[in-house]
Amino acid sequence: MLTLLVNQQSHQVDADPDMPLLWVLRDLLGLIGTKYGCGVAQCGACTVHLNGEAIRSCVTKLGRAVGGQVTTIEGLSPNNDHPLQLAWIELSVPQCGYCQSGQLMAAAVLLRENPHPTDQDIDKAMSGNLCRCGTYPRIRQAIHRAARLQQEGGGV
Amino acid sequence: MKIIIGLSLILLSGVLAAPPPGPPAPHPTKDSIASVKAFMSVYEVLMSPRCMNCHPAGDAPLQGDDSHPHTMEVRRGPDGRGLYAEKCSNCHQPENTAGLHTPPGNPKWRLPPADTPMIFQGRTPAQLARQLLDPKLNGGRTKEQLYEHMAKDDLVGWGWHPGEGRTPPPLSRPAFAAQVKIWLDNGAFAPKEFTKKSTN
Repeated sequence: MLTLLVNQQSHQVDADPDMPLLWVLRDLLGLIGTKYGCGVAQCGACTVHLNGEAIRSCVTKLGRAVGGQVTTIEGLSPNNDHPLQLAWIELSVPQCGYCQSGQLMAAAVLLRENPHPTDQDIDKAMSGNLCRCGTYPRIRQAIHRAARLQQEGGGV
Repeated sequence: MKIIIGLSLILLSGVLAAPPPGPPAPHPTKDSIASVKAFMSVYEVLMSPRCMNCHPAGDAPLQGDDSHPHTMEVRRGPDGRGLYAEKCSNCHQPENTAGLHTPPGNPKWRLPPADTPMIFQGRTPAQLARQLLDPKLNGGRTKEQLYEHMAKDDLVGWGWHPGEGRTPPPLSRPAFAAQVKIWLDNGAFAPKEFTKKSTN
């Protein structure tokens, strides 16, 4: 039995330490906001935070996450009021929505480390998160909006 | 006459076989030809994709046996560990991920830092040898530390265990380390600018 801290809650997990973290989150803990995309760290749909970094949970083994702090889209903010979430809703960013939790988790790290990103900063930082619907222009717009909200103290 | 010649040869051979007088030389003999020859073997390894891909000329790491720029606009970042949501260890695990086209891994996976990028890509043998020996350009390493890095460092050693679909360097790690040692022990000579690359 392994102890895993997810969204500030401790879970006892009966799983092999080599099991992908994504499997644990979705299949054992029921946190299905994080998606399976490619399974080989190429698309970003499975992005969650491990100790604040936007890791690919499809290739990260459970054993690496034990002892750390995992944050999924369900735990990004207490009331779905992270500036990015507010901006995402305001600008209706998602189309099919499948990649969007990964997009948000990646964007959250960008905004934390670069509170005023340029278009180029955003385009480069988000290049690892693919969107088959092509919502990139709205993603970029929403990150700018979230940066302003963050500056104004809106959201978390 | 024959006796005189015979005696002379015996005496002469005795003189040649005698150990040199005085204390041993403080340093082994420097052999610039052996040094440069060994470096050319070292150069072949350093310019192989497994080494060069993490010593790029630009701000992006390289990938694959064709050394194309890393997909996803991955960049070096100030400490060589990537930027924002694209830090190296976000995808690269402490070990190779199984399967083709999956992220290779090592606990220390990173590029050289931005202030000392240690570029291999595009360097001639002469340029690379001089760069490797310059502490201002090699991460502050002495020759001994340079040898340690090349012969024993775990991240460098990943090159010989690169996982599926990646060709290892042209020499084995022990053979590479031996050539580094020959290069350094013989004076760490840099090749002339016109030294041709080995075709082996």
